[in-house]
Amino acid sequence: MTRVYPSEPAGSFESPPIPFEDAAGHTVRIHEYTGGDFDAFLEMYRAFDPTDRAQGIPPTTDDRIQEWLDRILTDDAVNVIASTEDRLVGHATLVPDGTEEYELAIFVLGEFQELGIGTKLITALLGAGQEQGIEQVWLSVERWNTAARTLYRKVGFEPSNTQNFEFEMSLRL
Amino acid sequence: MKLLVGIDRSDRTQAVLETALKRATAMGDEITVAIVETDNGPPADLLEAEVEEFFSECSIDVSIRSLTGHAGSELVELAEREDFDRVIIDGGRRSPLGKIQLTDVAEFVLLNATMTVTLVR
Repeated sequence: MTRVYPSEPAGSFESPPIPFEDAAGHTVRIHEYTGGDFDAFLEMYRAFDPTDRAQGIPPTTDDRIQEWLDRILTDDAVNVIASTEDRLVGHATLVPDGTEEYELAIFVLGEFQELGIGTKLITALLGAGQEQGIEQVWLSVERWNTAARTLYRKVGFEPSNTQNFEFEMSLRL
Repeated sequence: MKLLVGIDRSDRTQAVLETALKRATAMGDEITVAIVETDNGPPADLLEAEVEEFFSECSIDVSIRSLTGHAGSELVELAEREDFDRVIIDGGRRSPLGKIQLTDVAEFVLLNATMTVTLVR
């Protein structure tokens, strides 16, 4: 099935690194991940609240987390991370599906949610994607997750498939 | 117990058949395989021969049906009409990012079946 994309590009996005202070006063650095420090990811996903999982990700055991990270922290994917002084608190990723299309997902640790980190992360991720010439981005989100859907709409995603359990949205970069 | 196994032609078919086989071997279940019509490919009679071969290698009797039309509703209807105890189907694939995506057939069966449903992962 062919996915539908908006006819017009969503505009231009600020690319990483983006330094900023979140709403709770944490100094957060948003930057692109290009390799190294795999353990910081493991640590973040170990601390991830299982009730924030969606459609089976992130996985919950060390083995599964590693296997999953091996699949998305690749050279052909785009990964942007949010870190405080001592730890990783957010991660956003664009993973290719073998065509021109990239699937997007974003993860922010519970205690750092609703502080503006998600918006910065997704902006930086789309900025990084734009720099790499990526044009088609899609995502799926659980129907009930209005906070996430609002964020995706804000940056320009439009509903592309609303027939299934999961709500699909797409964006043209 | 009577098991109804719904399959189409996909890279998940083997996994579904293996789950059914494992149950039938362990529990002595009676297996019916229903080949449904989806966009996924070659004629049902080819798949039928493969299914027969798969079960005969393990000396399990199987009866095979071909269902045409809306796959989900045909499966549920057959399961109810013939008093099956359980329906076994593909539980969905993974997106590039690893998210679980239910197929249309799985969604329909899950929401409409009155008997136990096994989604194979």
